[in-house]
Amino acid sequence: MPSPAITLRGVHKRFGEITAVAGLDLDVPAGTCLGLLGPNGAGKSTTMRMLTAQTIADSGEIEVLGYRLPGESKQARARCGVVPQIDNLDFELTVRQNLTVFARLYRVPKAERAGAVDRALAMANIAARADSVVDELSGGMRRRLLVARGLVHRPELLLLDEPTVGLDPQVRSELWALVDELRSEGVTILMSTHYIEEAERLADEVAIMAEGRIVARGRPQDLVAEHVGTEVVEIYGPAPALLEAERRATGEGFASRRTGPVLAILGAERSNGALPEGYRRPASLEDVFVVLTGQEIE
Amino acid sequence: MATVESQGRAPVARVRRLEPAAIGAVLWRELTVFRRYWRSTTFSSVLEPTIFLLAFGFGFGALVSRVAGYSYIEFVGTGVVATAVLFSSVFPGLFTTFIKRRFQRTYDSLLAAPIDVEELVTAEVLWLALRAGIYGMAPLLVAMVFGLDPAWGMLVVPLIGFVTGFGFAAFGVTIAAVAKSIDNFNYVTSSVITPLFLVAGTFFPIDALPGWASTLAQFNPLHHCVELVRDAVFGFQLGPDLLHVAVLVAFALLMWRLAIWRLRLRLID
Ligand SMILES: Nc1ncnc2c1ncn2[C@@H]1O[C@H](COP(=O)(O)OP(=O)(O)OP(=O)(O)O)[C@@H](O)[C@H]1O
Ligand SMILES: [Mg+2]
Repeated sequence: MPSPAITLRGVHKRFGEITAVAGLDLDVPAGTCLGLLGPNGAGKSTTMRMLTAQTIADSGEIEVLGYRLPGESKQARARCGVVPQIDNLDFELTVRQNLTVFARLYRVPKAERAGAVDRALAMANIAARADSVVDELSGGMRRRLLVARGLVHRPELLLLDEPTVGLDPQVRSELWALVDELRSEGVTILMSTHYIEEAERLADEVAIMAEGRIVARGRPQDLVAEHVGTEVVEIYGPAPALLEAERRATGEGFASRRTGPVLAILGAERSNGALPEGYRRPASLEDVFVVLTGQEIE
Repeated sequence: MATVESQGRAPVARVRRLEPAAIGAVLWRELTVFRRYWRSTTFSSVLEPTIFLLAFGFGFGALVSRVAGYSYIEFVGTGVVATAVLFSSVFPGLFTTFIKRRFQRTYDSLLAAPIDVEELVTAEVLWLALRAGIYGMAPLLVAMVFGLDPAWGMLVVPLIGFVTGFGFAAFGVTIAAVAKSIDNFNYVTSSVITPLFLVAGTFFPIDALPGWASTLAQFNPLHHCVELVRDAVFGFQLGPDLLHVAVLVAFALLMWRLAIWRLRLRLID
């Protein structure tokens, strides 16, 4: 059992009145990809920033790659790649210059620097725009560059904060392929996302975060089985009918949730004709998310 | 550490403070950006002091023939070096720092890599100080066109400009770290920078001022820069010049630490 690449124990962080992280316990085993799912404001970005010591926890313990933070964070950062949620590229520089600054910062030796930059350009598929000034790039190109910047020094741990938000499907699946490839090379990945599909596809395990702590953690299929069963019945109809159906389901001991004109009854595989008729579909991670966080996706 | 290395990962060089690699990376960034803007930056950094030199030199020069034993053009030509150093360090310290921290989030991106705020501030201030040292020579070159005699001591002037610029750039960074918006800079410009610039002995000797004002001017680092530059050009005076150097170095060190402290408060939450 390899030691975890990231360990957080009882971590708290407040910003004035707001508690962003409230007793977070999380570990990410080396060489795995953990998807961090959570509604807006759950504390995902705050957690990411704590891992690079750009936000300092009020209490709790944090270890990254065996280094204790914040004291040894510089050593840890040397081996981490970071792709932030908010684009902070140097828009006055070209694509290649952006990468060169970071190759230097990450102490890539002089003789290997140009090669490292070329490699990152190729991985993120932006080599064709290497000499464009960032200001002239499209949103998707900028995002690719942001990813390339986090990879230029071959990090062993990659922190991705909503890496595919706002990308078209093609760029997104390109990025997915890249993440897959990195994982197969043994890179540890912590990735926050709003896209359930992304977490299901890429993550070995997901952790669902709400109000600053982890409310569930496990392999996607295990979480589904544990929290919502295997099947869901969806019923469409006018509000009174849904209310009636909901009462019946609750009476039979089934959990359910309402989203606008849809009532979803969870664990429907256990029913023996007691449930109202409706459209049956397999339970998904999205159901788990909604049940645990009380929030809709997007 | 032990667990990490036992897993066969590459060991990382032991971390020190003020690592040249981290500072060098930021300097490289600044130099790269500068290569795009050097024309306009140089134009204004050279033109502004030249205008002061010409306006005062010819304006007052017509009224006063000699000031403190120098011809007026000699007096102003050497004095304006400090103005050039001040403007080319404090204003970029204020504006570019604020923009990089607040709007471009450049500092956020850098701090995710192995560089700390101390190194970041040191690199930014070092860069502006180097520039200030070089731009500080412009007034001397212009004054030479108008009759200032070259002197060997002039070779020390970039060094004086560097130390002075270091302090004022760090002062700018400090204010940029504290300020909530760019508008706040107006307070600093009118209540601090303008008085410092006027009461430094650049355009008139400060002993022409009331006693209290000339005493206050002793606390103005720019005044010490002005005096030191004049002595470099017209002849060093060991005692007073050591004092000027001491004040400028102390100011630079104090502002450097202050800038690090304030920017760290801003960037690390
Ligand atoms: N620097 C800050 N100052 C004040 N409050 C902050 C700061 N950073 C985060 N917060 C607050 O902390 C909470 C958690 O924010 P965080 O950005 O970590 O959420 P998130 O899970 O990343 O959300 P999203 O999905 O919207 O990105 C929010 O209420 C946010 O407003
Ligand atoms: Mg976020």
